Amino acid sequence: MGRVVVDVMPKPEILDPQGKAVAGALPRLGFGQFTNVRQGKRFELEVEGDVTPDVLAAAQEAAETVLSNPVIEDVVRVADIEADAAATAGSTTAASTGPAL
Amino acid sequence: MRVGVVTFPGTLDDRDAARAVRLAGGEAVALWHADPDLQGVDAVILPGGFSYGDYLRAGAIARFAPLMSSIVDAARGGLPVLGICNGFQILCEAHLLPGSMIKNDGRTFLCREQVLTVQNADTAWTRDYRAGQRITVPLKNQDGQFVADERTLAELEAEGRVVFRYADDNPNGSRHDIAGITNAAGNVVGLMPHPEHAVEPGYGPDGATGPRTGTDGLAMFTSVVRALVA
Repeated sequence: MGRVVVDVMPKPEILDPQGKAVAGALPRLGFGQFTNVRQGKRFELEVEGDVTPDVLAAAQEAAETVLSNPVIEDVVRVADIEADAAATAGSTTAASTGPAL
Repeated sequence: MRVGVVTFPGTLDDRDAARAVRLAGGEAVALWHADPDLQGVDAVILPGGFSYGDYLRAGAIARFAPLMSSIVDAARGGLPVLGICNGFQILCEAHLLPGSMIKNDGRTFLCREQVLTVQNADTAWTRDYRAGQRITVPLKNQDGQFVADERTLAELEAEGRVVFRYADDNPNGSRHDIAGITNAAGNVVGLMPHPEHAVEPGYGPDGATGPRTGTDGLAMFTSVVRALVA
């Protein structure tokens, strides 16, 4: 089973009321070092078998047409999370169509 | 004059919208999201609620309902379509109207009687108002802040497509105090406040003649019913 992760964030110019609420709460709990918070969404899409380039392309299309609204959000990552984890561990098999964050 | 009222999973205000249609002299026809058949209606209302829980984004999943394809096609052909609250959000997600709604800037669910100014009394849904008229209808939502890029806002203003603006104060941070807009043809209108909750004495907002006497929302429905009769 393969798994694709899609990260969606509110556009930088759009006020993020959820992030603002979290940013307001952190200092009250002693986390004063965080000057700003933005809250986005992470989707994990599972497929039978491996995450092929076709699967990633379909995930990219789903991310842009359903999982995000381009008026208010940006798709910031569409990636095979197994490959991503391997890349983090030093392998060269990473398959990602977006910038890893 | 048969006006279709759509029910999605999570729709709340379909019965109120149907009642508003009947009080305006029309016949309300229940439409189901999964059935693409518009049943030959003369106009369609997408009522308020929380379709599919609004979990992805408000209106994002409802937009892909089989019935929505029929509505999008018919709207492009001139069918009058009104989206109220969640219905407005669905119309934006379906690209029948520009922009989008995000969470209220005050970060709270709002429920109040809201004064609006009618900006455009020439749409299919606002002909029984006059431009500049102040009306009071309920407002109740979590994601009511209308946003769009500067170019879209300039276009809406230049073409007179802002239909309703929040009067006196802006409750949710909406750009340009926008409460409702229309498409270029004037047959598709979306607004966040709820005219269908201000159509019957005894159940509306407080009015000039006493508590709960406000019926300022009724003209929205008579506008389309009378136009269809004429």
